[in-house]
Amino acid sequence: MTNTTAAAHHAHGSSNKKWAIGFSTIVAVIFLLNVFVLPNTNTQVQRFFNAWFSLNSLAEIMIWILMALGLNIIVGYAGLLDLGYVAFWALGGYVAGWLMSPFFNQVSINFFGNPREGLEMGIHFHVFLVLILGGVFTAIWGVIIGGPTLRLKSDYLALVTLGFGEIIPQFMLNGSNIFGLNVTNGAQGIGGLDAVLLFGHEIGTFALPEKFLMVSLLAGAMIFFSIRLRDGRLGRAWLAIREDELAASMMGVPLWRTKFSSYAIGAVGGGIGGVGFAILIGGVYADRFNFVISIIILAMVVLGGMGNVWGVVVGATVLAWVNSVGLVQVGNLINNTFDTKFNFPSYQFLLFGLLLVLMMLFRREGFLPEARMRMVMNEDKLEDLEKVTDDTKIGSH
Amino acid sequence: MTSVASGVARKKKFSSSAVLLKVSMFLVIGAIAYWLGSNLVNDPRAFVQVTINGINNGLLYALIALGYTLVYGIIELINFAHGDLFMLTSVFSFAILTELLGAKEPGARNFALLLLVLLFTMAFGAIVNVTIERVAYRRLRNAPKLAPLITAVGMSFVLQWIGLKWIGSVPVNVFTVLPATKYEFAGIEIAFKTLAIFIITIPILITFAFIVNKTRRGRAMRATAQDKDASRLMGINVNQTISFTFAIAGAAAGAAGIMWAQTIGTVSYNLGFQLGLIAFTSAVLGGVGNLYGAVLGGLLVGLIQAYNDGLAVGLGQRWSQTMVFSILILLMVYRPGGLLGTSSQEKV
Repeated sequence: MTNTTAAAHHAHGSSNKKWAIGFSTIVAVIFLLNVFVLPNTNTQVQRFFNAWFSLNSLAEIMIWILMALGLNIIVGYAGLLDLGYVAFWALGGYVAGWLMSPFFNQVSINFFGNPREGLEMGIHFHVFLVLILGGVFTAIWGVIIGGPTLRLKSDYLALVTLGFGEIIPQFMLNGSNIFGLNVTNGAQGIGGLDAVLLFGHEIGTFALPEKFLMVSLLAGAMIFFSIRLRDGRLGRAWLAIREDELAASMMGVPLWRTKFSSYAIGAVGGGIGGVGFAILIGGVYADRFNFVISIIILAMVVLGGMGNVWGVVVGATVLAWVNSVGLVQVGNLINNTFDTKFNFPSYQFLLFGLLLVLMMLFRREGFLPEARMRMVMNEDKLEDLEKVTDDTKIGSH
Repeated sequence: MTSVASGVARKKKFSSSAVLLKVSMFLVIGAIAYWLGSNLVNDPRAFVQVTINGINNGLLYALIALGYTLVYGIIELINFAHGDLFMLTSVFSFAILTELLGAKEPGARNFALLLLVLLFTMAFGAIVNVTIERVAYRRLRNAPKLAPLITAVGMSFVLQWIGLKWIGSVPVNVFTVLPATKYEFAGIEIAFKTLAIFIITIPILITFAFIVNKTRRGRAMRATAQDKDASRLMGINVNQTISFTFAIAGAAAGAAGIMWAQTIGTVSYNLGFQLGLIAFTSAVLGGVGNLYGAVLGGLLVGLIQAYNDGLAVGLGQRWSQTMVFSILILLMVYRPGGLLGTSSQEKV
């Protein structure tokens, strides 16, 4: 056990730099392709790329990667089931909506912001500050949600997060009149976000390649932090709690505080992703945030392999692509080839539901698991002598 | 020395937060009491009327909550798919009673058909629930807890998809076979639908309580819930007992499904998610694992929702869901064991 973990750990560390280079290369290739190559090709090639790999969908994939990695810290690292992760997405999005738009037109605050011509009212912060505040704000909410419930049984946490995942979007949807103040603008949402001004260069509403580069940077940073956190003291404590709470606490891991920090840090990923997404689409709209989103993010984490950063990245990429263009395009292709008329997007629920069920039944550790996670998830299949049986686990009943 | 000092400090901090918890709990209870009291004084008649509506919905919630509580009691699984099972049974009852048998208006024949289809729907719910357990949950009984929970979430999506394919994405109106007659007692209207819910759900609840408490099967269920290995040694067929529990839970959901379709008058594919959460809140409110707790919790949640939606002083319908989830979260903070249950702090 010690040997395998050490070996896995070593392999993990050495692949660290390689993956960083790989990720940057992929991002750079996509960027250069869209800026320099595609505009000079014929319409057929352009149409193909627009249909199958539009830059918009690729940028959204980066946001999904960010979200999935944030949830991975909670579910994959610490082993706590969060079913309301969409709440953090919504909160992050609204922080961007509040702090870099003309929405609060009762005041006029400009802190290195970039308000549009004639829309100087409202709050306009610099995008870096908004990202930081978005992270802090969601971390605070993570603490509020996690604080009271982390002392409870783990399945209760799932329920409470589910409850918050419903309450917060509903608040956003109904929050157009909170004691007379329009907080969230209800179902219309907050549109017309400021264009991002980075180092004197303005990223306009339709500057998709630059926006793609920006969200890729955020996703890259999240990948980096996920790996670093996992290998650090805190990360090792999370993994210990995930595998055996009792043993971890005997080894001096403060259970509640460690779970708590995983929840707060995981929330930050959602918040920053929310800010990034709001900037990407230029606004924040409450009706987007529903339970299905939470489940899709969970499916990404489960598909790739809970706890493994690269597994989650691949899982998020595949599912986000399938969800945005893949299902439609593959469906069209099949319908055109075989002359059928299936409505493929209507199978989305079945796809995600079956995916979760089948993964749990036949490959619990995900498609790209770590050796360690495979052992955790398949403990019940081990020989009697190898496993920690129920009899030796105090308080398992 | 230092470790002792820090230990003492932590202990002290803990107790002050416990005091804070108690004080804030009384504040919350006081606020609720003030809210209800002021409404009662304002307009007693409307208050009683709303109370009856609340009990009406509460009984349906209780039937669904029963399924959560039974399943949680026996295999410690929050069956996320249960709400969607309820949705599917309501769709089934609509397809059989309204579409197939054509019972679209009140009448003696149609009422008899309703009772017949009630049995069918209960059987349907039981079969679907047992199948889900057999196909998915049973294989994961010894797996880490995350696995069956995620499976249940996946199952709920599959059931939702079946509902979506069955009746489409738009809510469908159901032609009820229950007459729209209203009876008046001392200025308070009681609809026939409300009476029908009382007449049909209360015997079902009593039957289930009888099965669990008085029969041999029920005793086997309770034994299995306490200790699976010991019950197996005592000659109880654990797998069969768990299947039986799922069957009862499914039948309760079926009864709730048909009564919902007949009294509320619409069915839709995404009904299960909301109702499931409400019912789970009810189960937790009463104390999950406790049969009477589920009924009490269902009634209380129904009442709170009705008071919020219907009373003059209240947040109104658009905050109704938020109210229910807030109850759930407040419960987790103050009384995770529920009103009739025991504490369920993480055992460490």
